[in-house]
Amino acid sequence: MDQEPQHSSTTATLLDPTIEQAVRRALADHGRLTVDAQDVASIADLYALGLSSHATVNVMLAVESELDVEFPDSVLNRSTFATVESIVAAAELAS
Amino acid sequence: MTLTLPTTPVVDRFAERAAAVAAVAAQFADEVDRDARPPREAIAAMREYGLLAAAVPTEHGGEGASVSELSAIATELGRACAATGMVFAMHQGQVMALWRHGGDGAGVLDTIAAVRDGALVASATTERGVGGDARRSTCSIEATDDGRIRLRKDAPVISYATEADAVFVTARRDPDAPASDQRLLICRTDSMVLSQTSTWDTMGLRGTCSNGWILDTETTVDRVFRDDYAAISAQTVLPVSHVLWASVWLGIAASASERARTAVRKQARAAIGTTPPEALRLAELLVDLQALADSVRHAAERFDAEADDPEVLASSAYALAANALKIGASERVTDIVTKALRIVGIAGYAASGPMSIARHLRDAHGAAVMVSNDRLLKNDADLALMTGVIL
Repeated sequence: MDQEPQHSSTTATLLDPTIEQAVRRALADHGRLTVDAQDVASIADLYALGLSSHATVNVMLAVESELDVEFPDSVLNRSTFATVESIVAAAELAS
Repeated sequence: MTLTLPTTPVVDRFAERAAAVAAVAAQFADEVDRDARPPREAIAAMREYGLLAAAVPTEHGGEGASVSELSAIATELGRACAATGMVFAMHQGQVMALWRHGGDGAGVLDTIAAVRDGALVASATTERGVGGDARRSTCSIEATDDGRIRLRKDAPVISYATEADAVFVTARRDPDAPASDQRLLICRTDSMVLSQTSTWDTMGLRGTCSNGWILDTETTVDRVFRDDYAAISAQTVLPVSHVLWASVWLGIAASASERARTAVRKQARAAIGTTPPEALRLAELLVDLQALADSVRHAAERFDAEADDPEVLASSAYALAANALKIGASERVTDIVTKALRIVGIAGYAASGPMSIARHLRDAHGAAVMVSNDRLLKNDADLALMTGVIL
């Protein structure tokens, strides 16, 4: 496979493309990352790439807004927002 | 992270079961409130999941839940349906007296076994003619010619009497005893007759069905608690009830606050990056809610720490602290729910719907009224002349 090689390095599931795009757009618009959110590996540590807890709130709101979901309390913790993959998983739980 | 509301402790052997019962309670909460009928489905679920039996000590075949654990359960239930939470709280306040004060008579031991197997216990501690003062009785336990005992009590309130398997009743020790010389008597449903005298049609906590009843019973003397009611009340019923009622009110406040947060989050999504003005009100609300949660849980831990020390529990400083929790929490819950209503706005003011705060507000007002804060303050007034607070 020559597209998105970072996915093949995960043992986890294939990410829902709609949700993943919403998450990456939210990170691009509100995450204040030091790199381009579209190119971030899905398992890369976003906090190491500049995500702050204040920016996390806006990322959460943007994902909720775009997907018309609300994250349940049980997933609102620091580890949920640590990677693209974990945000997508939480958004799937919320939908 | 900052957006997570404080709810119940995560490490909790009862958490999953409490959540399962709360889901049932939530499903019927509006109907229970509308029809002022007992939360039968939630009571059945409490029985099925062992929550009614949670506090039964291990030596009696139970799980021996601490008051801290009961507090967490009460809050979880109160978030879903305050009436269900109050039934749980009132039941626990009574049953804990069984093994702490009951002694080892056959009539007490078989009641402990019944509670272990899921029996629900109600109480008749107030009486027409003495107002709401649970520490005085007019009625008395009378001996019958054949060695049994009988009692008739005109009780202005027996909550969820129709659902209970037993009612614990206060009465004077005998027909010659003064009003304050009380005993506690176990009345099982097969040995009592209830005649309804009034109907509970109230603003809130409608599902507690706290109707008035005349209770007639004839039973055996081994159903009388070993300790006198002064000790039972001071060392168990009053402190445990105050902690668990306040735990339910905390649940009401938490639920209203969750709706406030949902409303503010919706506003925040409309202009991401700009903190909505209402978020400041929400942050203030969470200060109040955290203070309430801390005071409730601390009081629960204090009881657990002193549970086996009758001297401490009977002290006036402890009595003042137990009353302070009840009075303080009942004032705070109406305040928090009112503030939540202001934050949510018109959707909260709606009588029904997912954002309505109406039931919360009506239920919350029961906290200061159903057991009068003024009565407690009157009791405190004498103690206050000689006792300070526990710092």
